[in-house]
Amino acid sequence: MLNFKLVSGRTAAGRTNRLAMGDWFFRSAMYACGLALLAVTALLVVELARGARPSIVEFGFGFLGGTTWDPVREIFGALPLVYGTILASLVGLLIAVPVSIGTAIFLAELSPQWLRRPASALIEVIAAIPSVILGLWGLFVLVPIVREVVQPVLGDNLGFIPLFDGPRFGVGVLSAGLILAIMIVPIVTAVIRDVLLAVPNSQREAMLALGATRWEVISEAVIPYARSGMVGAIILGLGRAMGETMAVTMVIGNGFQITPSLFEPTHTIASAIASEFAEATTELYIAALIEAALILMVISLLVNIIARLLVGTLVRIPSTVRE
Amino acid sequence: MIRSYDFRRAWSQTFVVLAALSAALCVAILFYMVSYVFVQGISYINLDFFTKSPAPLGESGGGAVPSLIGSLLMLGLATVLGVPVGLGVGILVAEYASPRLGAAIRFVADVLAGVPSIVIGIFVFELIVVRQGHFSGWAGSVALAIIMLPIVARASEEMLKLVPISQREAALALGITRWRSITNVVLPAAMGGLMTAALLATARAAGETAPLLFTSLGNRFTTTNINEPMDSLPVHIYRYAIGPYDQWHQEAWASAFFLIMIVLLINVLARWAAGRQRGGTR
Repeated sequence: MLNFKLVSGRTAAGRTNRLAMGDWFFRSAMYACGLALLAVTALLVVELARGARPSIVEFGFGFLGGTTWDPVREIFGALPLVYGTILASLVGLLIAVPVSIGTAIFLAELSPQWLRRPASALIEVIAAIPSVILGLWGLFVLVPIVREVVQPVLGDNLGFIPLFDGPRFGVGVLSAGLILAIMIVPIVTAVIRDVLLAVPNSQREAMLALGATRWEVISEAVIPYARSGMVGAIILGLGRAMGETMAVTMVIGNGFQITPSLFEPTHTIASAIASEFAEATTELYIAALIEAALILMVISLLVNIIARLLVGTLVRIPSTVRE
Repeated sequence: MIRSYDFRRAWSQTFVVLAALSAALCVAILFYMVSYVFVQGISYINLDFFTKSPAPLGESGGGAVPSLIGSLLMLGLATVLGVPVGLGVGILVAEYASPRLGAAIRFVADVLAGVPSIVIGIFVFELIVVRQGHFSGWAGSVALAIIMLPIVARASEEMLKLVPISQREAALALGITRWRSITNVVLPAAMGGLMTAALLATARAAGETAPLLFTSLGNRFTTTNINEPMDSLPVHIYRYAIGPYDQWHQEAWASAFFLIMIVLLINVLARWAAGRQRGGTR
């Protein structure tokens, strides 16, 4: 009896220990993965700050407000780049938002059931096309269209507005904005669609019971309910537009001046880094570009956080659509 | 103001048509773009594309072998580095972490996913290229792995959470350990979704250019040495597209055609795998 107790007790304890060891190892490995994620993100900030140091020391806060970007005299102010980034993104948003809202409303509210999934999938395919291929298409298809058609029409008729006055090269902010619009439509559409689908049906039914038309249901009962999520989706698109690199670099035309004209070649932060970094030979020039990258990261971080707060916990941003 | 029913109905119809038109516009642009790349690409792609190195300037012919090999190697290495870690993060959040820790990790993954890819490129340049003193396929792979990591983490977490809690309870009730229940019950149940996560991340990395510009740089010559600068399809397309020669542009279209085929194929596979998970667990 005593013997039996001893033996069984020992084996059971040994077994439990071994099993617990396995559990412990596996859990530790998973925690290590989580730690790796945190470490990479932290390292990202540290390394960028380190690389940007010469520029931070040289220009201080003046870097953000400086209007001159002159590699020859080694004077670097990021304002032209920040301005170009915001201008190109706004043009992109201005074109993309109405189309996205319309498409999302169609997908969530109007489309027949059998069309909903294939249509959504097709629009998400746009997001899967590599940026560099969009840039290639933009450079050889879109830019000629802008140069031959869009710029003459806008320039001849609305040229008195500074926005539409300038050289008609095709490449420039307008082309960049158009390409950006194509790139952000999928993410904005997908998020707005999901936000709309999350609106409870009782909203629609109440409105229908009052005798409303389809559009009245959408505009009076659905959109007001979904408004903050829709704004979040648009801001998410803004974040995506600001960080977009290759396609923009290929069609924006490279320039460092601040002008109101949409026809003028300029740079966004991302495109300046992509096209200048390889040519940056001095330590200060490299540091200035890295500081620009740091600014871009901070801006897109803020924009992303705001967007996620607005979209909220109601809707998970779909992982099938890249940002 | 009281508006007649006819007016309201017409007004409503107008917006319905506008919404349908914007959806049609999106699909039309997609088809225009993809078909344009296909038509251009097919006319310039040939056997040389898969068998030869780029021709020296002035000579005709030549292919994209260095880019194909470089892309394949770096993508493979990035997958090996990025997918397991991403999956680990997914498992951590879905199975182990407290709600608060889970939210924190998810937040960091979202942040990392939102960092522009060019910034990732600069980061890896600072981290590896500067320290090593030269550009390398390694650096490119690490940059791609960092792009993939948060995508896999977020998607795999979602997929794991789709597995019903009852399956975990059933496994634990049989007396097996927690980690065995994850590896033998939860992961197989979520396999389709996890494949989707890995495939989507791979497709995304396959098309990335910006993180490779200053890490793997590019190389006119074929190399399988991961420690040397390496070419990749996206970088190849970029350099040839902005170059001044017509022949380069044709090469760029051919490469773009091949790349878009691969990326779309992986996406179709990913959706197919996701469909299997849905069918399997519900």
